Amino acid sequence: MTSLETLISLLPTLMKGLVVTLEVFLLGSVVAAVLAFIAGLMRLSKFRIVRFLAAFYVEFFRGTSLLIQLFWIFYVLPFFGLDLSALTAGVLALGLNYGAYGSEVVRSAILSVPRGQTEAAIALNMSPVLRFRRIILPQAWPLMIPPFGNLFIELLKGTSLVSLITLSDLTFQAMSLRTTVSKLEIPIFALLLIIYFVIAYAVTLVMRALEKKATVGRA
Amino acid sequence: MSDIWNWQTAADVFWKLIKVVPVTLEATFLGFALAAVLGLVWALMRRSRFRPVSVLSYWLIEFVRSTPLLVQLFFLYLALPRFPVFVIGVTGLGLHYSAYLAEVYRGGIEAVSQGQWEAARALNFSPLKTWTRIILPQAIPPIIPVMGNYLIVLFKETPLLFAINVVEMMSVAKKFGSHTFQYTEAYTIVGVLFFLMSYPSSLLVRWAEQRMALKQ
Repeated sequence: MTSLETLISLLPTLMKGLVVTLEVFLLGSVVAAVLAFIAGLMRLSKFRIVRFLAAFYVEFFRGTSLLIQLFWIFYVLPFFGLDLSALTAGVLALGLNYGAYGSEVVRSAILSVPRGQTEAAIALNMSPVLRFRRIILPQAWPLMIPPFGNLFIELLKGTSLVSLITLSDLTFQAMSLRTTVSKLEIPIFALLLIIYFVIAYAVTLVMRALEKKATVGRA
Repeated sequence: MSDIWNWQTAADVFWKLIKVVPVTLEATFLGFALAAVLGLVWALMRRSRFRPVSVLSYWLIEFVRSTPLLVQLFFLYLALPRFPVFVIGVTGLGLHYSAYLAEVYRGGIEAVSQGQWEAARALNFSPLKTWTRIILPQAIPPIIPVMGNYLIVLFKETPLLFAINVVEMMSVAKKFGSHTFQYTEAYTIVGVLFFLMSYPSSLLVRWAEQRMALKQ
């Protein structure tokens, strides 16, 4: 077999890893987006204690490394009786970490909606929920999309760390192939970089389409 | 609680970790220095009028930014087997963050008003002199806080170097954990040490950002 054929024969193994990577990426993104909204809104609360709790969460997760958080959740929490699977630990760590970054995006987008919009909604006797859903969010949303796009790409890159907690993602599969076909290790890792690049590019395209949709009919 | 957290173990691992703090800091500062230099090179290439150079720089930045640092480190580790792992780690960190800093430089350069270019031209400055005397001295100070932010981000990424066998805090903690089976103390203290170093620095950067905003 030529080395190209060998490389092609390794593709199915990498594809198995790709499925795991995409799974961790999608689940992590959902958790991160939800946490970003919760923490972002909490930071704008009227109550000091709520704002403080959210700020604590954000500063804590932004102040330490993703890798340390991941290892802590996977290796230390079991000592406290919380035994998480590698997948849960990975999704949780990615979600908590990028949720903290995302909350700043949500917060600043909401703050950039002019104050008059809130006042007008109050004058029209809208309930706080209606006010947020119909007036504030539709104006803040387009501002959130580009920074969220960047965060999702960071999250995608972060998924490679789950290979270090035994989860068989793309990076993990490449590492294990490296030991079986050692003379192809450099092409395998070059291919791996290209695969990540293609996924990231796809994420960029999706976010661009979302942005276009969100700004339809607007200047 | 006492069987989960042992203060004696915590003290043991603390002293082991403190000893390798200089490695982490060295990797951070050397990596950042490399990133600052390479980032400027990419940013200047990006402005080149010769299209292949600017296109090459654009794709290089995009590629490096959207692929994982961990995989880049492995790649360099395999591609440069003769180099010490510390050098590979610094190169990986520097290369990765140069792509981010290139965009920061670009923003700073684009913020310099057109009139400055025209004035330099009117005074018959050479391109080199225009860059070193007129453009960069105005482009760089406003972006220093943003660069500070990336310095902190880079610092927080240094634990990844353990994956290519650099002896730094994470690898010491992992080794300690696997020998004694006391992961709680080891990983918690690494986390606390990182937080204690990065959080005050981030407050400093925020303060610098606010001062910079006041000046403008």
